[in-house]
Amino acid sequence: MALKGLDIFKLTPKTNCKECGNPTCMAFAMKVAQGAVPIEKCPHMSEEAKAKLSEATAPPMKTITVGAGEAEHKLGGETVLFRHDKTFVSKTMYGVWVCEGCFDAKIDAIKAVDYERIGERMYVEMLNCKFTGDVAKYVELVKKADAAARTVILDCDDAAAAEAALEAISASKLILNGANASNYAEMSALATKYGVVLGVSGANLDELHDTVAALENAGNKNLIIDVTGADIKETFANAVEVRRAALKNQDRTFGYPSIVNLHNIAEGDTAMQTALASVFTLKYGSIIVMDGMSYAQALPLYGLRQNVFTDPQKPMKVEPGIYPLNGADENSVCVTTVDFALTYFTVNGELERSGVPLNLLISDAGGYSVLTAWAAGKFSAGSITKFIKEFDIENKIKSRTLIIPGKVAVLKGELEQNLPGWTIVVAPNEATGLVPFMKDYK
Amino acid sequence: MGFKRVPQKYSASINEVTIGVGEKAIKLGGENVKPLYSFDAEIANAPKVGAEITDEGYDRTVASLAAYYEGCETIADIAKKAAAMPGADFLAVNLEGADPNGANKSVEECAAVVSEVAGAVDVPLVIIGCKNADKNTELFNKLADLLQGKNVLFVSCKEENYKNVAASAGLAYNQKICAESAVDINLAKQLNVLISQMGLKPDTYVMNVGSAAAGYGFEYVVSTMDRVKDAALAQNDAMLQMPIFTPVSSETWSVKETIVTEEDIPEWGSRDDRAVQMEVSTAAACLAAGSNAVVLRHPESVATISKMIAALV
Repeated sequence: MALKGLDIFKLTPKTNCKECGNPTCMAFAMKVAQGAVPIEKCPHMSEEAKAKLSEATAPPMKTITVGAGEAEHKLGGETVLFRHDKTFVSKTMYGVWVCEGCFDAKIDAIKAVDYERIGERMYVEMLNCKFTGDVAKYVELVKKADAAARTVILDCDDAAAAEAALEAISASKLILNGANASNYAEMSALATKYGVVLGVSGANLDELHDTVAALENAGNKNLIIDVTGADIKETFANAVEVRRAALKNQDRTFGYPSIVNLHNIAEGDTAMQTALASVFTLKYGSIIVMDGMSYAQALPLYGLRQNVFTDPQKPMKVEPGIYPLNGADENSVCVTTVDFALTYFTVNGELERSGVPLNLLISDAGGYSVLTAWAAGKFSAGSITKFIKEFDIENKIKSRTLIIPGKVAVLKGELEQNLPGWTIVVAPNEATGLVPFMKDYK
Repeated sequence: MGFKRVPQKYSASINEVTIGVGEKAIKLGGENVKPLYSFDAEIANAPKVGAEITDEGYDRTVASLAAYYEGCETIADIAKKAAAMPGADFLAVNLEGADPNGANKSVEECAAVVSEVAGAVDVPLVIIGCKNADKNTELFNKLADLLQGKNVLFVSCKEENYKNVAASAGLAYNQKICAESAVDINLAKQLNVLISQMGLKPDTYVMNVGSAAAGYGFEYVVSTMDRVKDAALAQNDAMLQMPIFTPVSSETWSVKETIVTEEDIPEWGSRDDRAVQMEVSTAAACLAAGSNAVVLRHPESVATISKMIAALV
């Protein structure tokens, strides 16, 4: 919540010394409120006042960095509750729950899910290592998890075990999820000593709030809030209440990323975990821990996440290029459309369903839909011709038939002029008409 | 010190729309809080889950569906079996075969299927039309007459055919209708206004504000629903207070992730499993964003989603 000019004025020395370049302290305060000059321009501002100001102008939710190198991820830093208000910034991370007994059985399946979708690597980013009582075995588990090049979450409220694990893999910036009302001082000391993020949980929101406040007072602000409750209902309520308190009700104490552990509230129910992970991807889970992640679960979940965390002001685009479908070769017919991801996926899906081999040509249309791109001059006879020349299509593909979207049927004449030897065919207006059209065409 | 709770309860609420008759009738909407926020105030009616069959019954290429419906010989058997799915609140009949671009079944053929289904079950019925608006106008006209007194929901009418559908199914036969628009709050509101101007009462229609499978532009679904619910509750916009009805399965069963066979992409694993997870993920996300009812095909999806709703509300 931004401070008003008058509030800032109260913190100034009120001497009108002009050293900041402004005629009066009031004028200076007004400019600071607008963000026109930094508060440091005033040489007489007390440290206390500066701290108060930076507190007031700090983002409502902290950005916490975990992992290192390839496995580095940012969590939190959100400023809105709904993506249409601005955008979500830090995508949800998915983790898998592992223990000494099940790690070897799970790890191959975890590593198998690793693919790319519209320029984004989709894989299990975190491993939640559960402490079950044996310190030596726990250290072994944590070492194995660390070797898997994933961010490790130590799911452990035992300080001795946590220290042993931290000692074993101290180089990674992991998450120590284990502080609660009774052990937070000890756990916080450990987290600070090893420079790791501390996860805090509580029996209810009141206890959680008090524990976070106590940790902040002790100087630890590198925290994650474990919102997992006793059951599904409580967990959902916690996730929403914590995020809403931070972003809407200016409760900075809850201004941290969250972690939701589905193992604790839906153990063994795969479909339920998929459902809940989808809910928590939309509603405020920064990290979601599941019992496993099969392809069947990953395909919808990662797709959903990619959708929800796109910036509403920037359309999702696919790379321009040649996309051969249904076993197409150089003799297969060419079909073109725009690079707007939604159009691409819809058209691609229908074309695949038709079963007709073809080369889908995607040119750079600014990430707009067909009609918008056409209206903006980004999808025209000129741009398609340029793409065909630049990508050397005439040497790569022998077919001289190009199918264009029905909505830009008007381009047919100009394209035939631009591309001598090519036959331009107009497809239906809607993607839903593509299957019968392609089958008839064949 | 503790945590200061600020419950977000609104004075406006979502309209309550009843589908079906008798003991098994269901109510959609009625809540005055954001989707599933039962911690802010009690949710008047929990979101509902429908089991979907088509004019052909079910997709025989899906092994687990075939296993579920094993022994069903007639469409009536299939309807009974679908209505008996644990967690199903209503039965949806998808007449996709009526599409002139598809099997192009006649109105009479569809009517025969629907009357057999209606005779076999006592749960609330939802009729989902095909992709062709003109054909749906004809279909709904006939079926609304046929199903008089059963308080059936017709999904959907669009800008192209709302006049006919609202006049016939809505006004003449007293059935419920669903207004469909494409992921845009303004289009949704406009259609609702037009329908209300035809004389339909607020408790006689619901809306489908558009849907998509997870990964297929779902951000538009989320933002449209977020904004619609915000306008309905925070700004008391009466023209956006209709319950949201989302036929999830029609979207999820046609995407690549669900269609591709295990032979084609072995690493993706069982097609049945993928179909269920895609349906479950999309439905859960729709409910979190604002749907008051979802339609699903697989018994495991129906069971999971109804269980999730029961756990949350």
